[in-house]
Amino acid sequence: MTLTTAYAALGTGAAVWALLVSRLTAKPWQTQDAVGALREGGATELPPAKIGLFVFLGVVTSLFGLFMTAYHMRMLDGMQHGDWHNFPVPPLLWANTAALMLGSAAMQWARAAAERGARDALRLRLALGGLLTLAFLVGQLLAWRAVSGTAYFAAGNPAVAFFYLLTAVHGLHLLGGLVVWASTVRRLSLPDVRPLDARLTVGLCTVYWHYLLLVWLVLFGLLLST
Amino acid sequence: MAYVAVADRDHALHDPQTFVTKYIWSQDHKVIAIQYAVTAIAIGLVALVLSVIMRLQLGFPHTFSLIAPSDYYQAVTMHGMIMVIYLLTALFLGGFGNYLIPLMCGARDMVFPYMNMLSYWVYLLAVLVLVAGFFLPGGPTGAGWTLYPPQAISTGTPGATWGIICMLLSLAIFIVAFTMGGLNYVTTVLQARCRGMTLMRMPLSVWGIFMATILGLLAFPALFVSAIMMTLDATVGTSFFMPAVVSMGRSPAHHGGSPLLFQHLFWFFGHPEVYIVALPAFGIVSDLLSTHARRHIFGYRMMVWAILAIGCLSFVVWAHHMYVSGMNPYFGFFFATTTLIIAVPTALKVYNWVLTLWRGDIHLTVPMLFAIGFIFTFTHGGLTGLFLGNVTVDVPLSATYFVVAHFHMVMGVSPILVVFGAIYHWYPKMTGRMLNDTLGRLHFWITFLGVYAIYLPMHYLGILGVPRRYFAYTTADFPASVQSLNASITVAALIVAVAQLIFLFNLAWSLRHGRTAGGNPWRATTLEWQTPDTPPKHGNWGAKLPVVYRWAYDYSVPGASADFIPQNVPPGAGSPVLAHGSSA
Repeated sequence: MTLTTAYAALGTGAAVWALLVSRLTAKPWQTQDAVGALREGGATELPPAKIGLFVFLGVVTSLFGLFMTAYHMRMLDGMQHGDWHNFPVPPLLWANTAALMLGSAAMQWARAAAERGARDALRLRLALGGLLTLAFLVGQLLAWRAVSGTAYFAAGNPAVAFFYLLTAVHGLHLLGGLVVWASTVRRLSLPDVRPLDARLTVGLCTVYWHYLLLVWLVLFGLLLST
Repeated sequence: MAYVAVADRDHALHDPQTFVTKYIWSQDHKVIAIQYAVTAIAIGLVALVLSVIMRLQLGFPHTFSLIAPSDYYQAVTMHGMIMVIYLLTALFLGGFGNYLIPLMCGARDMVFPYMNMLSYWVYLLAVLVLVAGFFLPGGPTGAGWTLYPPQAISTGTPGATWGIICMLLSLAIFIVAFTMGGLNYVTTVLQARCRGMTLMRMPLSVWGIFMATILGLLAFPALFVSAIMMTLDATVGTSFFMPAVVSMGRSPAHHGGSPLLFQHLFWFFGHPEVYIVALPAFGIVSDLLSTHARRHIFGYRMMVWAILAIGCLSFVVWAHHMYVSGMNPYFGFFFATTTLIIAVPTALKVYNWVLTLWRGDIHLTVPMLFAIGFIFTFTHGGLTGLFLGNVTVDVPLSATYFVVAHFHMVMGVSPILVVFGAIYHWYPKMTGRMLNDTLGRLHFWITFLGVYAIYLPMHYLGILGVPRRYFAYTTADFPASVQSLNASITVAALIVAVAQLIFLFNLAWSLRHGRTAGGNPWRATTLEWQTPDTPPKHGNWGAKLPVVYRWAYDYSVPGASADFIPQNVPPGAGSPVLAHGSSA
């Protein structure tokens, strides 16, 4: 773990501190609000699910950040010891990336449809987003198979091991998203559920999809650059 | 719409209909809190028994033939991991976090009750997987609680086949459970506070639990990453952490892995973990001291800022656990500096606790005794941390009993004293009955004096250079006095261990025979004591949510007719309105 990580953590702490400082300078022992001037307590109008998702994305960021730090450190060690053997990234990953980008775009369009209350468009775009994501996952499995057929495939080659590990963890996160997606699709198939009722869930799915696309682009960049 | 506006309506919130949904698959934060607490204490008792086994061996070596060296190392490992993760983390966050956050913030429940329920059951699964290690071939892992590779998964280490796999899987499952709970705690604090409950009016217990949860959410992924990667090393033959070693005359397939990488990942989690346990303890002890000294907490703002500062700094000190692993001297300098810096906000808190007591109307109740006991043990444990934070002092002391004494005082004994204090304090709210006072005092004095009888001699042994991790000290390398001191430590440890039966008996006996508590037996200001029912019913607050008008520490306010004013009493309401059923 490099000092960069340490400074990044320190920087994040400082940023959070700066954001909070306006709220944390109150002198609560002095202020007693009159009955008519009650403050809400500082809670925002954002729905709890949205806050919960953002907090979860923080956890996901920490997880992938640490995986990538481990990747980097192990690679430096492996290159020194000669056991790290880079392998050509399967070209299929480009197609998979395109599928996930289209899936993410479809989710964005589904979100717009939900905002407008356009039921048919919402269902179509949502289905498209999910199916493209499934295509991405199938493509990843095929990429696994492609790598397993090469001479680089060996448990002792950490470059390959990391490839499988990182893609698996990313894929599992997408599968989790697909569970929520499937439940939303099922809900929308019920006649008494209006598109506006699913607006929050679709919006959260969209944010999650964009985020996992971003994570994948970073991972893919890492794989390509090494 | 803001969460509070929704929750303020008089409507049922996932209202339990049957025995099963009320007490087993419950989504009520109070039931989940008790489920967490009971499970954590139960597995904690297993860890206590393991420590008794260790002490019997160290105090009277070669006396108990049933304790083989491998058993000893398995006991050491499981004792450490259970106490740190499955008892303290689960109890402070899953137990007290679940119980106190909604009640202290004026919410009806956690914002994601279903996920909260799931969090407990996944935690239980983690505990069961961990315990399964005891019954599988080879027994649990004996790699030491830090699970360092290559030893942890090398042939010859106890539990290197199934035990270590159970441990790693259990940790991964625990982290999933914690994440589900943690998302709830953070979001509830941010979104579900009742009207008037600004961040700076929150009791310090909530602040401590809140910050500890954020630390956990960011730090546990490091343990998750290392657990997954080590599982792969152990099962499919990858070499993330495993270097090329010759083990028992054979050369395994691994090569090139980095044990140091594991150590970095482990301690990137491991040091914040100290504060994941300590920050809730800091918060809770602040509230105990203030309530039982009938005095506002000294320097509330500084206390909040110190919690935040400690939380941020806890991420940049991890490598002080690795001075003896070998590192660039500049790294050592950096981490020694940050370690000493983190002592500043920590010391500030200690000063403020003492100054809260200064000229207070101190009531030496059982919770107060434990809170004051905490100040002693934490100060002692913290001061020895200053020694070990310095590279040149740490290097000769690192492998000795000094370290064992230090970390037990600072993150074993101290948080446990707060746990006891907190249980004596909030048990009346949870059950409607007081714990027996005499038994409580007996429990406190035996525990408090006993832990000093255990750990002070360990400091002494450490400074003399007696190494830790040894199975026995009976060879010619050690003077006989080392053994006699070890025997006395064991006697003290046995007494302390047996004394915990008093506490367990008190918990059970008082449930039926304890004095009726009333709604607010300690005459406290915070919201949990102002509920219309004791124990609080489902939804906590009846038809309307409370409204908060003041901070949590209006004790002994000049001019007020009583020595406390609850947070939900409006300004100008004259004498404090006593809570429902108050026995004040």
